[in-house]
Amino acid sequence: MAEPATATEAAAPAVALLKDELDIVIPTIRNLDFLEMWRPFFQPYHLIIVQDGDPTKTIKVPEGFDYELYNRNDINRILGPKASCISFKDSACRCFGYMVSKKKYIYTIDDDCFVAKDPSGKAINALEQHIKNLLSPSTPFFFNTLYDPFREGADFVRGYPFSLREGVSTAVSHGLWLNIPDYDAPTQLVKPLERNTRYVDAVMTIPKGTLFPMCGMNLAFDRQLIGPAMYFGLMGDGQPIGRYDDMWAGWCIKVICDHLGLGVKTGLPYIYHSKASNPFVNLRKEYKGIYWQEEIIPFFQQAVLPKDCTSVQKCYIELAKQVKEKLSKVDPYFDKLADAMVTWIEAWDELNPTGAAVPNGKAK
Amino acid sequence: MSIPVKDDEIDIVIGALHADLTSFMNAWRPIFTRFHLIIVKDPDLKEELRIPEGFNLDVYKKPDIDHVVGTSTSIIFSGYSCRYFGYLVSRKKYIVSVDDDCLPAKDNKGFLVDAVAQHITNLTTPATPFFFNTLYDPFTEGADFVRGYPFSLRSGVTCALSCGLWHNLADYDAPTQALKPEERNSRYVDAVLTVPAKTLMPISGINIAFNRDAVGPALLPCLRLAGEGKFRWETMEDIWSGMCVKVICDHLGLGVKTGLPYVWRNDRGDAIASLRKEWEGVKMMEEVVPFFQLVRLPQEATTAEDCVVEVANAVKEKLGPKDPMFARTAKAMLDWVKLWKSVGVSSYSPGA
Repeated sequence: MAEPATATEAAAPAVALLKDELDIVIPTIRNLDFLEMWRPFFQPYHLIIVQDGDPTKTIKVPEGFDYELYNRNDINRILGPKASCISFKDSACRCFGYMVSKKKYIYTIDDDCFVAKDPSGKAINALEQHIKNLLSPSTPFFFNTLYDPFREGADFVRGYPFSLREGVSTAVSHGLWLNIPDYDAPTQLVKPLERNTRYVDAVMTIPKGTLFPMCGMNLAFDRQLIGPAMYFGLMGDGQPIGRYDDMWAGWCIKVICDHLGLGVKTGLPYIYHSKASNPFVNLRKEYKGIYWQEEIIPFFQQAVLPKDCTSVQKCYIELAKQVKEKLSKVDPYFDKLADAMVTWIEAWDELNPTGAAVPNGKAK
Repeated sequence: MSIPVKDDEIDIVIGALHADLTSFMNAWRPIFTRFHLIIVKDPDLKEELRIPEGFNLDVYKKPDIDHVVGTSTSIIFSGYSCRYFGYLVSRKKYIVSVDDDCLPAKDNKGFLVDAVAQHITNLTTPATPFFFNTLYDPFTEGADFVRGYPFSLRSGVTCALSCGLWHNLADYDAPTQALKPEERNSRYVDAVLTVPAKTLMPISGINIAFNRDAVGPALLPCLRLAGEGKFRWETMEDIWSGMCVKVICDHLGLGVKTGLPYVWRNDRGDAIASLRKEWEGVKMMEEVVPFFQLVRLPQEATTAEDCVVEVANAVKEKLGPKDPMFARTAKAMLDWVKLWKSVGVSSYSPGA
């Protein structure tokens, strides 16, 4: 039976890796009590809190954390008309945090995710594992049957071509979840009691040309390598769909990473996911997505980016063009989404002019 | 969800490169006794085989191989390639094959792994090569497809090949072994996953199982290094066979799984001594990988036999000019298909 680690078991590492180069982005609409449990692992890092929902509500951040907090009013003020691309009443709003960050790396986590335990009972420092994943190469061109060859105790197996053993830069580290698994509404309805208790001790690169469902609950990425493609789409209030924000970003980033020769890893670390959202509410949010993904997946599988798309922004704009061309016929929503994708890039470039080194934003 | 399988649909094929199989067979006894075994003695092995009592088995030696295969073929069934003779003469739907220096492993709870049962489970539950499931095998107990996995892809395809892993001595090449002589694999990764379509991988022959009806002829003993030896890191025959099988499975819409089960592989050999022989294999992979990444099979190739012929022709055309070894391999592949059609599918059953 999976259980979260208790706060007293969590032991801070001797050295907080990348503490001045990584921001932790947390979307929240309720409270940030969960941070107390993560304190030994998160306190050295700067937090960016994106407050969804009612901006007049005060979200209390536990003492001792260095953070900046943005509510809807801030988002509107900072982006002006471009704020239309940032979702409201959906955790998709978190991508605003990616945009305003000034750091090279981002770790994003949901506010119902706690510290998990490994099979020996030790508390898992998820952030440390994500950093290890991002700082070691990926191997998308040939599958290694012993999984991550750069992990201690593993290597490339016989038959793995030597010319491919250097690997490529890792752009994304996708972590997993013990306890409540990330199932869709139909599966939740059929298996309400299923809990993920299987600890799979592996990190692996998702091969080039293969798509995957990217979950935003426990995710880290190199903002400089792939940041502009991490747009979480138009979800929530006023939109026909929800719970496809991270999925949409995942398909976009995978196509772009494949095109640019960047790697995406999945597997460790695990976090402990404590809250099962209401499956009936989820069903209503996902309903259209379940049909639409049947068209969306072939679109992404067949998407080809031209050779002159040499930057993430160029790739993303091209993808937006193709979304408008090919998916608008599925639903006018995709027309809006394609426009929002372009707005996002414009906003990103405005807030992230190249060459300037900028300090963190200030907390309210 | 899985197809029910009877014990008599399974053959366990062992290539005997060591004469004394006593401790090997006794270690596997609790797992193997239910099944029929085919033991193929390496024709180069001079000593008599020593096999303990109590198994239902057929043993094939050099005279049997010569009798069945004759001089009509360029295929050499020696060393690790001897097991393919067992694949050829088996009449079962599923084959499980492990090297004779491997023993049952223990799982992360300390229990002995029933590698045969796990392989059969892998082969009788669907594979999902068209989209990656982040919780790995969705058909295993306690797991499922995750949010965002398209529903139309959830029935999966037939799994044709199950590739297991190794504790203790992992399947490393000679340079890696030589660099890390003390490294032993003790990590138990509790997962089975489908290798995505169009993704290539090194398929080790040390611990595999396959659906003989679906892909039998695609596992082939056709590439022999000039310095081919009696240690796994002195061969590439299984790696070559594995590339062919993967490309063929991708073409035929069949799945390949990797992960559990583990076997325990005994220490043996001196990797440094093998280093000189190994470079041939290392060089070979550099030529071979781009070839397999680009090879395309025509739509008309709808059986494993047809596919092998197509691959063989492509090998002859594209790789043959680079090295005579590939020209020989292409010929051996065509010979293998001929052999398969005459011996592999008929009601012919050679004596032990």
